[in-house]
Amino acid sequence: MAATTTLDSRSATGLRHGRSHEKGLASMLFLGALWLSLFFGIVVLVTLIVSTAIDGAGRFDSELITNYDSTLNPETAGVRASLFGTLWLMLTTALMAVPIGIAAAVYLEEFADNQRWYNRLIEVNLQNLAAVPSVIYGMLAVAIAALFGTATTNIVLVGAVALGLLILPVVIISTREAVRAVPQEIREGSLALGATAIQTTWRQVLPSAVPGISTGTILALSRAVGEAAPLLLLGVGTILFTPNGFLSGFTAMPVQIYGWTSESQEDYKVAAAAAIIVLMVMVLALNGLAIFIRNHFQRRW
Amino acid sequence: MTTPGTRTTAPDTAAAEKAPADDGPETPVSVEQPERREVPERPVPVMECVDLNVFYGGFHAVHDVNLSFGRYEITALIGPSGCGKSTVLRCLNRMNDLIPAARVEGQVTYHDVNIYDPKVDAIEVRRRIGMVFQKPNPFPKSIYDNIAYGPRVIDMDVDDMDSHVEQALHDAALWDEVKDKLKDSAYGLSGGQQQRLCIARTIATRPDVILMDEPCSALDPIATARIEDLMMDLRESYTIIVVTHNMQQAARVSDRTAFFTARPDETTGNRTGLLVEFDHTRRMFSNPGDRRTEDYISGRFG
Repeated sequence: MAATTTLDSRSATGLRHGRSHEKGLASMLFLGALWLSLFFGIVVLVTLIVSTAIDGAGRFDSELITNYDSTLNPETAGVRASLFGTLWLMLTTALMAVPIGIAAAVYLEEFADNQRWYNRLIEVNLQNLAAVPSVIYGMLAVAIAALFGTATTNIVLVGAVALGLLILPVVIISTREAVRAVPQEIREGSLALGATAIQTTWRQVLPSAVPGISTGTILALSRAVGEAAPLLLLGVGTILFTPNGFLSGFTAMPVQIYGWTSESQEDYKVAAAAAIIVLMVMVLALNGLAIFIRNHFQRRW
Repeated sequence: MTTPGTRTTAPDTAAAEKAPADDGPETPVSVEQPERREVPERPVPVMECVDLNVFYGGFHAVHDVNLSFGRYEITALIGPSGCGKSTVLRCLNRMNDLIPAARVEGQVTYHDVNIYDPKVDAIEVRRRIGMVFQKPNPFPKSIYDNIAYGPRVIDMDVDDMDSHVEQALHDAALWDEVKDKLKDSAYGLSGGQQQRLCIARTIATRPDVILMDEPCSALDPIATARIEDLMMDLRESYTIIVVTHNMQQAARVSDRTAFFTARPDETTGNRTGLLVEFDHTRRMFSNPGDRRTEDYISGRFG
């Protein structure tokens, strides 16, 4: 048969004279360029971390965590106020942004008719909002505070409003992706049993989307933790107490670091470097939590 | 194993062969299964389609379908791809509502109530008319919770959920295989077991009608045979409407068969599905009334 002859003539000879050029010069150059890009990114990051760690080496002591900031003794100044301030801020931000973000995403994904112009408008603007500079959200929080007639904007609640608005688009977008990843068959299976759309969302879609939602939310939060600009706009400065409520004044790690690096004394620079490492550990811990949740609760379909 | 091919042509022997193939006495429906009873000449309708037309946007998907689905019968919808048989099936429990652009004209009646009447609640329709899908779609939960989910969401009056779950699994001929791992994930089951779990899940809500959309197309022949046996058992208590690509399957399990075909539109080329013939399965396969049916079931096209 003709087919057999063709097969025979090709046989195994071609194997030894490959013409794919996978090992050719151009391929190797391309591969090299890829490696170089990766190398560059990592080297910059490692250099930054190592040099910061060396700068702050003198201040990795317990006083850094337990002491408040001090103008008299810069060599023992600590981040206690800003550490607790950041924790308060994160918690309040999450409490405000996560329920609203998830609800908005579920509406857009499960209930909204995306043929309607207003839903499409919301969709386009969500993408844009995620790209708005963080300072703008600080201004927005000031404006909201003014609406409620308060001039004191350097309190936990207003700070959380600013950061909450900042991460809301990211929370919505990542929740939508997690919700969209739940197979349509699961929804159909639930609806075909006579479940309502709300029951299906609550009992099938959301539980299945939890890993994606929490991962996206935590990553958004870890971005927000490092934000100084919107908080500076709210007038957050140095304080010497830990917050005790949503209306309490506060300071945050990035603000503290920013303040210290603007000082001229060398002791503050060292403290700032050490504080950067503390902040980085916090962010890494959050990212670690996100990875843990993703790996531990990930579902397969 | 039964030799399913004999069933439609010689129902008496088929029923006799059927009995020893049962898994055991724990499936009461199958034990009591009598000889395959004669189906009446005209169906005693549970559901009817009257001049049913379905559109997706401007696309005319199904044209003027008139069908009656008889009580305690298995009705098979067969035909080539794109002939609208799945669309018709999904109209029967208003699953087409989920497709925003879908529009239904004509009537689908369930016990003489038009389920597309604006006053009718689609959720209530689906509680009476269950559905099993082409790809097994268990929920990402335990086997137990997969079954218990339906009764829970519809607030069914269940005395004892444990025995209710057990009964549903018995009825779906799955109990013996899963009784020791009810708390395990349903994803650990094989494809055929998952599909029987989906059937068990559906019958746990005690529907009146069960729609099956190519329930065996993702399964191997052995799993398919088990589902077919199960369908024969369920036929005693449920009205079943099944879409299938497999003509042997239609011939084996169904009492009546509706043959659909697709007619291309002369201007747009869009294919509109229409019903060609609806008759007793035995008659349809031995002596089809329409040449298109004959061509299809003899494998000359489709």
